[in-house]
Amino acid sequence: MSSALAAVPVVVKPKNAGGCSDAPVLKERGQREVFCGLTGIIWLHRKIQDAFFLVVGSRTCAHLIQSAAGVMIFAEPRFGTAIIDERDLAGMSDANDELDRVVAQLLARRPDIKLLFLVGSCPSEVIKLDLSRAAQRLAGVHSPNVRVLNYSGSGIETTFTQGEDACLAALVPTLPASSDKSLMVVGTMADVVEDQFRRLFTAIGITDVQFLPPRRAHLLPKVGPNTKYLLAQPFLADTARALESRGATRLEAPFPLGVEGTTAWFEAAAREWNVPADQFEAAIQPARTRATQALARLKPQLDGKRIFFFPDSQLEIPLARFLHRELGMELLEVGTPFLHRQHLASELAWLPEGTQLSEGQHVENQLDRCRAAAPDLVVCGLGLANPLEAEGMTTKWAIELVFTPIQGFDQAADLAGLFARPLHRRNLLAA
Amino acid sequence: MQLTVWTYEGPPHVGAMRIATAMTDVHYVLHAPQGDTYADLLFTMIERRNKRPPVTYTTFQARDLGGDTAQLFQDAVRESFERFQPKAMLVGASCTAELIQDDPGGLAAALELPIPVVTLELPSYQKKENWGAAETFYQLVRAICGPLAPKPGSRREDRLPNRPARCNLLGPTALGFRHRDDVREISGLLEKLGVIVNVVAPLNASVDDLRRIPDADFNIVLYPEIANPTASWLLRTFGQPMVKTVPIGVGATCEFIREVAALAGVDPTAALNESTSRAPWYAKSVDSTYLTAKRVFVFGDGTHALAAARIASQELGFQIVGLGTYSREMARDIRDAAKGYGVEALISDDYLEVEAKIAELQPELVLGTQMERHIAKRLGLPCAVISAPVHVQDYPARYSPQMGFEGANVIFDTWVHPLMMGLEEHLLGMFRDDFEFHAEASPSHLGGPAMDRRQDASAEPVAAVAVTAESAVAVLEAPADVVVEAPWNGVPVWSPEGEKELGKIPFFVRGKARRNTETYAREHGVHVITVEALYDAKAHYSR
Repeated sequence: MSSALAAVPVVVKPKNAGGCSDAPVLKERGQREVFCGLTGIIWLHRKIQDAFFLVVGSRTCAHLIQSAAGVMIFAEPRFGTAIIDERDLAGMSDANDELDRVVAQLLARRPDIKLLFLVGSCPSEVIKLDLSRAAQRLAGVHSPNVRVLNYSGSGIETTFTQGEDACLAALVPTLPASSDKSLMVVGTMADVVEDQFRRLFTAIGITDVQFLPPRRAHLLPKVGPNTKYLLAQPFLADTARALESRGATRLEAPFPLGVEGTTAWFEAAAREWNVPADQFEAAIQPARTRATQALARLKPQLDGKRIFFFPDSQLEIPLARFLHRELGMELLEVGTPFLHRQHLASELAWLPEGTQLSEGQHVENQLDRCRAAAPDLVVCGLGLANPLEAEGMTTKWAIELVFTPIQGFDQAADLAGLFARPLHRRNLLAA
Repeated sequence: MQLTVWTYEGPPHVGAMRIATAMTDVHYVLHAPQGDTYADLLFTMIERRNKRPPVTYTTFQARDLGGDTAQLFQDAVRESFERFQPKAMLVGASCTAELIQDDPGGLAAALELPIPVVTLELPSYQKKENWGAAETFYQLVRAICGPLAPKPGSRREDRLPNRPARCNLLGPTALGFRHRDDVREISGLLEKLGVIVNVVAPLNASVDDLRRIPDADFNIVLYPEIANPTASWLLRTFGQPMVKTVPIGVGATCEFIREVAALAGVDPTAALNESTSRAPWYAKSVDSTYLTAKRVFVFGDGTHALAAARIASQELGFQIVGLGTYSREMARDIRDAAKGYGVEALISDDYLEVEAKIAELQPELVLGTQMERHIAKRLGLPCAVISAPVHVQDYPARYSPQMGFEGANVIFDTWVHPLMMGLEEHLLGMFRDDFEFHAEASPSHLGGPAMDRRQDASAEPVAAVAVTAESAVAVLEAPADVVVEAPWNGVPVWSPEGEKELGKIPFFVRGKARRNTETYAREHGVHVITVEALYDAKAHYSR
């Protein structure tokens, strides 16, 4: 088969740091069964409570967001779509006037909105509608009441969680400057997790902790040469670059999933702040003990079970690490839409040697591999889950992993529970 | 550009997917960017299909745009032909691919595949899902049956007198609103009539089945939004007449039976008398008296909205206060029907406009889509779902058709249930303060002692009453001063007694009562809405 869609294994060799640090990665091209970056709006609009996300796109974009997360709640949400139609395609100046009109209409309806994101889509990218100029123009009209920013969530440029990366990267230039030493936690997490983390940081002895994205548009974290940042999510490459261009420094750490990951993540900050080891231990010990005990109860259900990851959220590698090291699961294939070796260095070093990693996707080939491997549990998107269940496999839908609070000590068992439940359920139904 | 919060219909290529997914051996190659694969989950999650839709997406990315997206498309067509071995293929572009103009039809034709390959031209920036489904079905049937067409001018052979009549059921698709069960119900009805179902399409049909469509004596169009263009072409090309009555509701079902019987040359009497529908009797029975002239708002796709309005007004004795559709293709039919009910039709796919209309009309029952269900929930109105867009709830495990006599039963239950629930809710509210029924009391039929809250809290109420009386006096006195000191701002104020009396009105009409009373108060210069004013307004508005 000479097709361009065929799998091309490529060996990438980084520095040798053990585990999967220099493991070969199967890079594939073909049909990708993944969401585009617009999907991130579903959790971002809940997080920043006075922001509105206006997609400039097609009916498909509107339909995607509406269908993607099954969030058909039909309240008036803080997102919408300016649907491009035939008349807009006729001439560019026309499309800009139309956009101005739609934004004015929207802001008149929603005086509570303080931050408006114009979100680019595949059609707006292809017709080269310049949303950054549009954002500047509209900011001129609507400031100081509303700030207007733009980013692209288009499928031709972003995969699923990369939409959040693009959104946060767009926020970074607007962050106020400060040369005070502070810690910034970057990546959307549930409010309840943020509150836990803030309490833990205080107990550890780090009090100046800020979160990006903020809960309200005016609560932007400050950034400068003495800002140290910890990534809470593994998909924030552009945001990290933007923060570094403002002088911030990344603290290398694995991601705060599971007891081990969370401990190491907090430890990275504690080291930077020169927190004495006993103080650090004392601060995290109660939560860590709770989490360890809770995980021990779930381990028998997952120990030795074989798991296969289809690419989805870029959370796959940290999740695989957690499931393998803390719950004893065997990793058959760990697929990820995009592998950022630098941000995942600690994670890769913790993966068992010989783990099959794959990047990108050719969904038919991957399904063939999955069927051949006959895993006990498959982690995949919503389009694949029911068909695979019908074939007799047990699945965990990946999207739940971005909507559920999973980070930190007190969520470690919840996270393990997300993987144990489908297996438990299958046993119940078989009995 | 149109500001859209929620959409009633997806893009036209989703309509094409509904045709491909309904069939057993058709594959659709869609030139589309990464992300458009979301559409798979409509079928696998909402409809709970146990197979992936037979669709291959090219999922091109930005870096492909500079290169050869055309090659990407051709590879996808060739590869999916080899892998899935379909009997026919559909090829086309989604909204983004439409802009890059790769000519999917030409590229696929160049591969010279040994099966029919149908090119779909679905203008994404102009048309929507149902149109896309209709166009796809039409193009596919034309491609498969076109070569079988008799010479123009040749006459269709008469059916031999002893051969039972054969018909096709056209229109049911994947992701349809109760299509699965409607097909079963109508097939049963036809069997009773002695009419043979030749082909059902596209649902569960193969390409070979499509080839047999011309063998039938006539066509039944179950869903005009989807099957009308195909049936019209079959009429022109093969001289197959079409049954146009959509059998939703008892009246329409009887009409449908007569229409089919006339075409098939059979006697409809038995099928009409065998009616299993309890709905007409239930509607007549005295406990349904409270349904009389309930004010209903109807919104949905054209076919279901028309049928619902007819049932509501003729079979349940409701009053239609609003009728609308998001199907622009059926705007004229809806306008005509609305005229008959003495209301103005609402033709719109703007969810916000529909919401405003419902809020303004304050109907007692909303018959709509899942969108209207949420609108109604927010406005505190009872609602039943009559039409797509679909939701996982629209695929019940049980047999639950909309069409035929059983469909009429299902509809009776579905519509009356929210009204009964509203009544129950009201009764619960009324007895809220009863010593046996308050929230903390254990159910009396379980033998637990009924605790009297009033005795328990005996010390407090005295003070509470005093406070209430005092503030009430203050409120009642205040407006007099306001009138003296400042001109009235035109906004009436509720007195505590008035507000309390309003609370006794069932919650599902309370919103309307509040609105009417306030309007009355404004128009009559009533500054404080007392109990008297409330009843004055009630008398004013009673019809």
